[in-house]
This record gives sequence, C-alpha cells and structure tokens, in this order.
Amino acid sequence: MRRRCEDDRESITIMVDGRPLVARAGDSVAVALGLNDILKMRSSPAAGAPRGAFCFMGVCQECAIYIDGALRQACLTRVAEGMVVELRGVP
Amino acid sequence: MGKVNKGAGAIADVIVAGAGPAGTNAALAAAASGLDVVLLDEQDAAGGQVWRKPLDGLNGLPETAELKAGNALRERLIASNVRFLPGRRIWSVSGQYRVDVIGADNPEFFEAPHLIAATGAHERVVPFEGWTLPGVIGLAGATTLIKSGGIVPGNRIVVAGSGPLLTAVAAGILKLGGTVAAVVDIAPLGAWLKALPALASVPSLLAQGAVWTLAIGRARVPVYRGHAVVRALGNGRLEQVVIGPVDAAGAPVAGSDAFTIDADCLCVGNGLVAGSDITRCLRAGHTYDRLRGGVVPVLDDAGRTSRAGLYACGDGYGIRGAAMAESAGVLAGLAAACDAGAISAEEMQRRAAPHRATFAARRRFSDAMAGMMALRPEQVRAIAPETVVCRCEDITRGAIDAAIAAGAKDLNQLKHFTRCGMGPCQARMCGDVVAELLAIGTGDRAALGALTMRPPLRPVPLEALLGDFSYSDIPIPEPAPL
Repeated sequence: MRRRCEDDRESITIMVDGRPLVARAGDSVAVALGLNDILKMRSSPAAGAPRGAFCFMGVCQECAIYIDGALRQACLTRVAEGMVVELRGVP
Repeated sequence: MGKVNKGAGAIADVIVAGAGPAGTNAALAAAASGLDVVLLDEQDAAGGQVWRKPLDGLNGLPETAELKAGNALRERLIASNVRFLPGRRIWSVSGQYRVDVIGADNPEFFEAPHLIAATGAHERVVPFEGWTLPGVIGLAGATTLIKSGGIVPGNRIVVAGSGPLLTAVAAGILKLGGTVAAVVDIAPLGAWLKALPALASVPSLLAQGAVWTLAIGRARVPVYRGHAVVRALGNGRLEQVVIGPVDAAGAPVAGSDAFTIDADCLCVGNGLVAGSDITRCLRAGHTYDRLRGGVVPVLDDAGRTSRAGLYACGDGYGIRGAAMAESAGVLAGLAAACDAGAISAEEMQRRAAPHRATFAARRRFSDAMAGMMALRPEQVRAIAPETVVCRCEDITRGAIDAAIAAGAKDLNQLKHFTRCGMGPCQARMCGDVVAELLAIGTGDRAALGALTMRPPLRPVPLEALLGDFSYSDIPIPEPAPL
C-alpha cells in the first residue's frame, strides 16, 4: 500500500505490538498499518488463518483488533498520538 | 430503567439513515419542504462510498467527476438546515420510529414518525481458494482507498471480478501512478458489446467508462475478459493470483489452462448486495430481485415501503447506481414531506416530476450495469468444497453442502446448522452466496427469503451502550411480605 498524493498532515506515532510506527493524523488504523506494510492484522478464531482488512468500509469486521484495549474496527478508527494497537482479534 | 441506554434523545420530523447520494438528497428534499430532518451516517462526511470525501490535508488528488459531484452535494448539505450528524453507527431501529446510534462518545437515539432508509450496498465476492489472504481486498474497498486516501493498495495489483468497478478501480490506480498487473473480467467482450446500446443511453457515464478503458489500454495493462480468479496464493499474504477462462455463464472451462500472475494485491468483487437491513429489521414487505442485488423491499414509485412512514432509496434497496440514487432520494424525501402534511399531493407531484423523468431516463443504463454486476449462479456452483465461504467462522462450501444434505431447508436453518451468519459480519459477506448454494438444491432462490434481521444491526460494544451505568442504578423493589 502506498500513498500517491501530497500529504500536509502531521506525523504521529502509534504503538503496534510494542513497536513505534509513524502514521499520519487523519488516517484510519487500517490504512496506517497498510502503509507500513503490515497486512496481517489477526488470525481467524476458528482456523487460525491470517486475516487483514478486506472491505475498508466497516462491513466485513476482518480488521476488528484491539485498539487502546478495546475491540475496534481498524478501518473506522482514526489514529491518535500514542494509540496502542494490538495485532490480535477475538480469541 | 436506571441509566441503561440513557443516551441523549432527539425528536425530529424525519430521520434519514445514510448520507450518500440517495439519503442526502432525501434529507435535502424533506428539509426544503419545511420539515425538521436528522441525517445520520457512519462515516465522517456525506457522499457515501461512491462520492466519498478525500481526507483533509491531502493535496493533488485527481479532480474526478465523482469528487465534483460529492463536493457539490456536501455544499448543498452545509447550506441547508438538515441536522447532519456524521460518525453515528445505527445499531437498532424500532417502533414508529426510533433509531439508536453509537457515536464517538455516548449512545444517542432519535425519534420521528418518518424514517428514510438509505444505507447503501456492500460488496459481493464469490469465494475462491485463498480469498481470505491479507492483500486480497474488495473492489469497493479499493475505491475507498483511492478516493479518500490517494492510496494505491499494492505495488503490483490484479483487479478482478465483474461490473463497472473493475475499470473504475484499474483506472483509479493508474491515475495515481500505480501498477496494474492485470484486469480480469468474468464477462466476455460480447457481454459488454451487448450492453453498449443501453450504456449509451446516458452518454456522460458511457464517456466516463470509455475514458477509464482507454487509460487501461494506454498503460498496456493486460485485460483478460471471460476469465476469473481460480485461487490466490501466498505465505501469510498474497504473492500470486491464478486465473483461468470461464464460459458465458461464469463457470470455469474444464481442462483449460490456468495461469499465474505475480501480485501483492488483488482487488476483487462480483457486484454489490443491497444492504436492506433497516427495512428487513422493521419487517416491511420484501422480494428477491437478482438484478437489483438480492432481497429488496417492495416500494411504490416514491420509495414508500409497505409500512406507513418508512421509506427506502438508493443502492441499499436495489442496485441502480448513483445516477438514479439522487432522483430516488428526492422522491422519497418528497413522499415523506407529503405524508407529513408539509406539502400537498399536487405540490409533491409537481416537484417530483423532473426527478421521475431523470429516474426513468437512466433506468436502461442502470439495468445494464446492474446486469453486469448481478450474481452468476454458475460461478457459485463452481466454488470448490474446501473453499472458505463464511470468513467469520471459516466455514467451507463442503460444510455448507453437508448441512444442506443433513436437512437444512431454509436460510435460518442453515445458519443454525453451520453458524454461517452468526459471525460479526452478520452474513453481510457470505449471505448472498450461501443463499445461492442452498437454492441449488431447492431450485427456488426467491422462496428462500432472507435471514431474520434483528438488532443489533452492527456489532456494538456493550460498554458503549451502558455508558456510566453502575449496579447501584438498578432499582430493587421492596421484598414482598412473607
């Protein structure tokens, strides 16, 4: 995933599984992860298969991961400075 | 009830659910008739998915027709007295009518005697082996990344599936300077040529499609018509896409050569499914319409459902595209205004006339496009037994077939047997395909109806509904004397 336009927004830092990651204010968590080449967000509960964002519009629930301690859809959640993202979904 | 679900309430004349081209126009029409209108949307800005607003702070995004249409709509909304409340997720509709939402902070609810449902459509993807791999994304999802974020979703992208979104996404990626490794269209060239006269009935939209197609040709992107994705391969993420030829009905051609394309992103979609959640939840009359994307409410010519005060418009209530959604929205808004007594029936007819004309004029184009996007039953029949159909619960075609063989006769039974539809997406991703699989045996898709829709319409965190509820808020009645 790559951004192909000018971006005047400020850079912020989010914590992803304990690692700092640079994101742009205003982006969704799903986009911020994708731009950092993190596509796998969690494992599916039944088969343990790798999953990432799929519909990007709040429908499929594939990107529901722990954000600041609560299960949230990464495609509908905007990044914030110091946000804590865990790459895991419902067990 | 103590503080449970105590969220702030508001009364209005009309509630409109969804701020895309249909819903926003419905809200504007009702408000222009003097009604107090609340317009709700899950996203941060009006425009829906088709006219999605670019994120603030991004510059140099292509000036597309969709961007201009969206900006014009948003300006009209700002200039109106519609109470637009973005960032609201509707999780319950009830009564006559109450709409419960989760916003950024607290739960809220709205009550009005008129409710216009304009919640849009979502993607249909006919499953194939590997479609759950990270790096495989929906076509409509790709348009969102392109339009709102100026983002190309991969370095080498395969765009596959059916319908007009294929060319829109491929051209959108190219315009941003990205690389499209291939376009894979299930429709043979002949199907497009057959649709051409109908598409030519709206010259501006045909021209837009032609510009996209030319851009794809200029970039020398290989276009495989009459082909579909056989499987997606990769270790933990997408690395390769295998495609092969299909026949006119969309079934793989036996014994033909499949071939492999290296790619780190696959954008795939097979049309759209009408998201008729609200009208289904309120038990309005519905019908199955393959062309219109599934189970849709029965509407009169102004968008009235079978329930008094409940209206529907836009792609959520039959896939017709943005070209018709605006007119349908205006008609529904006027119908609500008329039923509320804000305008007379004559006034309504007078104001509706030009929009009815637009609606009628675009019908042929819209039907042709919807036809290209409609579910191809033969493609569903060809799903391999080991392929995951329900992503939420990892349920395969084989498991679904086994449940059908064991006696599951309708959709709700199949859900109980397999858990298809019990996962967090609530069957939005697999429901249409699962119904088609069940219909292979029963032979009558229309008779299957739909899964029973109930609140919560979307997953909602319990803590968000409870607010600052505590156990001391529970009223404890005096014990009865012994």
